[in-house]
Amino acid sequence: MLEFMEGSHAVAEIVKRCRPQVIAAYPITPQTHIVEDLAQMVANCEIDAEYITVESEFSALSACLGASAAGSRVYSATTSQGLALMFEVCFNAAGMRQPIVMTIANRSLGAPLSIWNDQQDSISLRDSGWLQYYAEDNQEAADLHMIAYRVCEDHDILLPAFVCFDGFILTHTYEPVALPSQEEVDAYLPAFTPYQRLDAEAPLSMGMYATPEYYMEFRYEIDRAMHRSKQAFIKAGREFGEQFGRDYSALVEGYRLEDADTALVAMGSICGTVKDAIDEMREHGRKVGLLKIRTYRPFPAQEIADALKGVSTVAVLDKNISLGNGGAVGTEVKSALYGSGVAVYDYIIALGGRDVRKRDIAAVVDLAEKGKGDMFYGLRTEVL
Amino acid sequence: MAEVEEGCELFSAGHRACGGCGPALAARLLLKATGKNVILVASTGCMEVFSTPYPETAWGVPWIHSLFENAAAVASGIEASLKRQGRSEKVVCVCGDGATFDIGVLCISGAFERGHDITYICYDNEAYMNTGIQRSAATPYGASTTTSPAGACSLGNPHPKKDMPGILAAHGAPYVATASIAYPNDFVQKVERAINTPGPCYIQVHTPCCTGWGFESGETLAMAKLAIETGLWVNYEMVNGQVQKAKKVRRKPVEEYLAKQKRFRHLFKPARRDDVIANIQAVADANAERFSIDIKPKESSE
Repeated sequence: MLEFMEGSHAVAEIVKRCRPQVIAAYPITPQTHIVEDLAQMVANCEIDAEYITVESEFSALSACLGASAAGSRVYSATTSQGLALMFEVCFNAAGMRQPIVMTIANRSLGAPLSIWNDQQDSISLRDSGWLQYYAEDNQEAADLHMIAYRVCEDHDILLPAFVCFDGFILTHTYEPVALPSQEEVDAYLPAFTPYQRLDAEAPLSMGMYATPEYYMEFRYEIDRAMHRSKQAFIKAGREFGEQFGRDYSALVEGYRLEDADTALVAMGSICGTVKDAIDEMREHGRKVGLLKIRTYRPFPAQEIADALKGVSTVAVLDKNISLGNGGAVGTEVKSALYGSGVAVYDYIIALGGRDVRKRDIAAVVDLAEKGKGDMFYGLRTEVL
Repeated sequence: MAEVEEGCELFSAGHRACGGCGPALAARLLLKATGKNVILVASTGCMEVFSTPYPETAWGVPWIHSLFENAAAVASGIEASLKRQGRSEKVVCVCGDGATFDIGVLCISGAFERGHDITYICYDNEAYMNTGIQRSAATPYGASTTTSPAGACSLGNPHPKKDMPGILAAHGAPYVATASIAYPNDFVQKVERAINTPGPCYIQVHTPCCTGWGFESGETLAMAKLAIETGLWVNYEMVNGQVQKAKKVRRKPVEEYLAKQKRFRHLFKPARRDDVIANIQAVADANAERFSIDIKPKESSE
């Protein structure tokens, strides 16, 4: 049954059903509604969890790390400056192989201060060892949390995950969402079984330091686990589809790509606008399609290359900028398509919450087909 | 202490601390107090590095290290997890003075304000020793370190030592104590009291560092004892914010303590700095006044 609800509420309802045992979070716009909802659920005894009202995001993730190491399923949520403050803990949690799931309500990073959406925050942590999943709509945002716990806690993976959905555009937007029952979620997501835990009955040391004789092998093992997680995601996504009727077995998803000459590549909520724009362009006879990236880490390079085999032009929409080198997704798509002969253009778009309309998507396609790209799109030149 | 079998050391020999390391002795004593039913949370620092070079560990109890500044937050999460699971292990942070007085204050303040049932032990060797003897907020006034060096226009560290026990007592901590490895039974008893007191408790244990302070490695305990005997370190307990017990001494002049350490050598050579020595004596006098540690005529120790 579909229920009409806010994206943040849908995520909180799903997180509740995932039965986290310890929640630690610090409020930050636009993540607040999620952690407020969860706090109320704990206050109402709807979740059997400890809720730690930490004094900073840095401590939120540190507390999650400790609780996870002690053997609990944990949850946090943050965005933007909060995620930046967690930077050090993010690398550490991945290195210590703690299966933490954290929602990112994607928001831009200051300066200048901006509370509005882009994806600079999570993308800036692409090298941290966290799985990164991006949702197009609120249903997908909710669903990806269940999948994330399944993948993270797999003893062959043991990595933390960001479930990313766009701040305000999704977090504060009401959409119809199908919420599975507690029993259905329990059937999909088994109780947490830690691979190792801090336990006086079986003492072990966690987080030791590594000399040059060992350090590289630790990093290699994390990288291998990242790559293995592709198959784990595909399996978890397929089984999700079998149980709930919504299939997430693909790391990338094509829309009207079959006969497309030009393909847009994007992540997150912008994909909805792109699909509508494509439908309109198709009505005018233009062979345009979309490739949506669902898992940014691990990066599905081969899947992207396979999916874009038949196109001649690719336009990547990047809601981030690696200052001095263009958009992060564009750079990686170019790398994935290296040697294929496909022309790839990158467009920095919608930073800091600037609205993107269907006509903007059409304009990007026009630019790409004219061979103009690797640029900011939609700059207000009058204020430069 | 009763839990540990005779002859069984939970902190193993063979770790990589310097000979005469004060913190290593504190670690050994700490585990005698906690026994096996404990989870230790370490910060980055000397003790972490000398005890856990992968794949070796000196710890016979569960031990975790995450970062330099987050031990109290990690401990918060562990405590919450244990509570949810109905487990009985005590959660004990063991962190250096840099991690405690400086970079970890945010996390410690949060954990103490929230009232987690944890014990936080700061092993205080009065500078960043692991990185090469840089000044921390625990470094005493007048000490020369690599970032507060004595020089033609510098007397060494110009700032007084931060009152960390007072700060944590102000958070409402039910039990705060200072201790010294020169008085091992006192330290062990204080740890036992702290871990058995519900809520966040803090113990700051003085652990001289022969490498960083510049004295012979066989003199570690003597140096710790002199700190007490001069009044520059006071062993006391604060219960619910009130000082209840402070160790009394027949005080010696601070010069006896200072003259034995390289970090204070500039106060004697090439020229005596009577002004700075007098300022340090004033610190000891103020301690004696605040904690009433002076043994009056005909009064015996404690």
